[in-house]
Amino acid sequence: MRIPRSRSTLRASTLAAAVLLVGTALAGCGSGGPGGSDDGSLDVWVYQDASTKVQREVVKRFNETSGIKVKLTQVPGEGYSDKMRTSMGTPNAPDVFFNWGGGSISDFVKKDMLLDLDPAMAKDAGLKKAFIPTILDAGAIDGKHYGIPMRGMQPVILFYNKDVFEDAGARPPKSWDDLLKLIDTFKGKGVAPFALAGTDAWTELMWVEYLVDRYGGAGVFQKVQSQSMAAWDDPAVLKAAQTVRDLVGRGAFGKNYKSVNYTADGASTLFAKGKAAMHLMGSWEYANQKANQPAFAKSGLGWTTFPAVPGGSGDPKSVVGNPTNYWSVNAKVKGDKQKAAIEFVKFAAKQDYSKDLIANGDVPTTSDATSLLAEHENPDYARFQYDMVKQAPDFTLSWDQALPAKYTPPLHTAVQKLFNGQLSPAGFVDVLKGM
Amino acid sequence: MADAAKSGGRASVGRAGVGRPGVVWALPGALFFVFFAVAPMVLVGALAFTDWDGIGTPSWTGMSNWSRLWDDPETHQAIWLSLILTVLTWVFQTPLALLLGVWAAGRQRNRAVLSAIFFLPLLGSSVALALVWKSLLDPNFGLIADIGPALGFADGDLLGSSKGAFGAILFVTAWQFIPLHTLIYQGGARAIPRSLYDAAAIDGAGTVRQFFSITLPQLRNTIVTSSVIMVVGALTFFDTVLILTKGGPGTDTTIVPYLMYKNGFQAFDLGYASAVATILVVVATTVSLLLVRLTGFAAMRSTREGM
Repeated sequence: MRIPRSRSTLRASTLAAAVLLVGTALAGCGSGGPGGSDDGSLDVWVYQDASTKVQREVVKRFNETSGIKVKLTQVPGEGYSDKMRTSMGTPNAPDVFFNWGGGSISDFVKKDMLLDLDPAMAKDAGLKKAFIPTILDAGAIDGKHYGIPMRGMQPVILFYNKDVFEDAGARPPKSWDDLLKLIDTFKGKGVAPFALAGTDAWTELMWVEYLVDRYGGAGVFQKVQSQSMAAWDDPAVLKAAQTVRDLVGRGAFGKNYKSVNYTADGASTLFAKGKAAMHLMGSWEYANQKANQPAFAKSGLGWTTFPAVPGGSGDPKSVVGNPTNYWSVNAKVKGDKQKAAIEFVKFAAKQDYSKDLIANGDVPTTSDATSLLAEHENPDYARFQYDMVKQAPDFTLSWDQALPAKYTPPLHTAVQKLFNGQLSPAGFVDVLKGM
Repeated sequence: MADAAKSGGRASVGRAGVGRPGVVWALPGALFFVFFAVAPMVLVGALAFTDWDGIGTPSWTGMSNWSRLWDDPETHQAIWLSLILTVLTWVFQTPLALLLGVWAAGRQRNRAVLSAIFFLPLLGSSVALALVWKSLLDPNFGLIADIGPALGFADGDLLGSSKGAFGAILFVTAWQFIPLHTLIYQGGARAIPRSLYDAAAIDGAGTVRQFFSITLPQLRNTIVTSSVIMVVGALTFFDTVLILTKGGPGTDTTIVPYLMYKNGFQAFDLGYASAVATILVVVATTVSLLLVRLTGFAAMRSTREGM
């Protein structure tokens, strides 16, 4: 360098100072986030939405009784999965966190990042009995429990529009034959038999899940989940795919389902406005309609179960959907903090918590919630949902939640192509097997 | 002033570097560049040879992502779609932007007002604009339900058909970005000396002749700049696709950047997504370098020859 020495040292030191400043600022980002919790508190992450207030309440109650306090971080819903995934395995990981069970945590389980809660359940017999067994098990991985149910149940329900049915003099379908006849009836009236948000493949997936369950029982998907993708080669899967093509061919979903969305309320509005007669959707459809079309939610919304299919061996009482959400505990939490974490997740089994859930419009997953259901704003709907789930011999977790994340996009693409006619039923099975 | 400018420039070479900025001054910029551009790029290149799901340590898998890339029909389709989108984008946008830019370079007052209105799409964020278009194109509640039949989509299901969805993306991006390129051409056209046109007029050249013999050649460098921005932009296009079609129907609008997003942030298959990203970086760099080379832009040949 040709700069006189004195000036160059001056510049160099200024620069060094600047670099140091930037460096500390960056380092600050690393340790200043949630977690790291060297202050002895428990970091709890929850998915932020309208139901978060139930978790805020429980944290308040817990902190009144416990020496180790809980610090609740509400993570905005949109980026929850990404954030959880990128934080696990770093010092910023939460101690206790909200998840969907199944595939959303299976990678963590594989890397021994989560605490096996079976010993805690063995110690406290009441804890395991507190929840509906199918729901507790739906969150298990390889038979071990890593999650405590902490939100309402979300089975997929066949909703119908009472007014449209009345106009057509129709009754909700009890059998597959009824359902096929209804398709013709509503088509004749110029109404789409089913609302379907085809832009979002997960809505179409619900059909495939129910059809496979009805044709071959819950075992078909359990085999895929526990063994391999080759297990898609079950006749029930092909049969379900053929039925989808048949339904599309009959015009069951109307003509432009391919560009109808769910997230921007496309399908639900069609359904509420009477442009579609039925809608196969998760139980949250009720809350959604209540928010956007309150009059319809109050008097026009009907619900029933998904019918059996001819020749199907599955139990028509079985349910698909999202059993609930779970609390999981980070395996790195040890000693007293671990005890406190377990105490905290046990709060979800208490009746106070169930009451908060009901007040929020959710249906709790605790096995003794029956008496509480009358307090729900729509007791009939709450009871229907609760009984449907409680009596179900199997509750299949939505496939895209149950399988590890890497299968979600190919599964969604294949289902969408099947509905669009870009894949034949046999081709659909081949794609699933090849995932 | 003149002295300071002189000593900062090439003239200072003879005077033993007095006042010449030292290499140290480049350090902050260079550090940022290394941290936020070079290092991530190198890391992505390395990740492309691993299997990594975002947690724990990536495991080395050699060429497996690359052989998968080679065999994956979805990737082939994505590359093909990206190339078509890029070419069509250039073919549609360049002539329009060029003509509009030259027109907007005029000096009448009505032009200023009109072009100000015309540049409005530039001000909106891509996401907000895509959401607006999405609701316009909603087959049940949007404008397309009424005008769809006239366009040949009887159900208004434009986004539900492969060609319709692709066309919609092409149209919305053109609507959004033509104003930007028009602005670039306007600037270029305004820099052309008036005297050239005056001389041409004296020689009896009409408007058309003036456009092809003066405006176009004078805009050569502007065209290259605009084209590079356009081509690299089209190759890395993402947000409109995410909102308008989610890559569908099926995979018929899944262009390479969306494929990368799908693999990276939905499937958490970060190794494979990195391989896709690497392809994108290589292709985009190659194309823009080629554009610059082939057009002689790098040599900065003067557009003022003979003046």
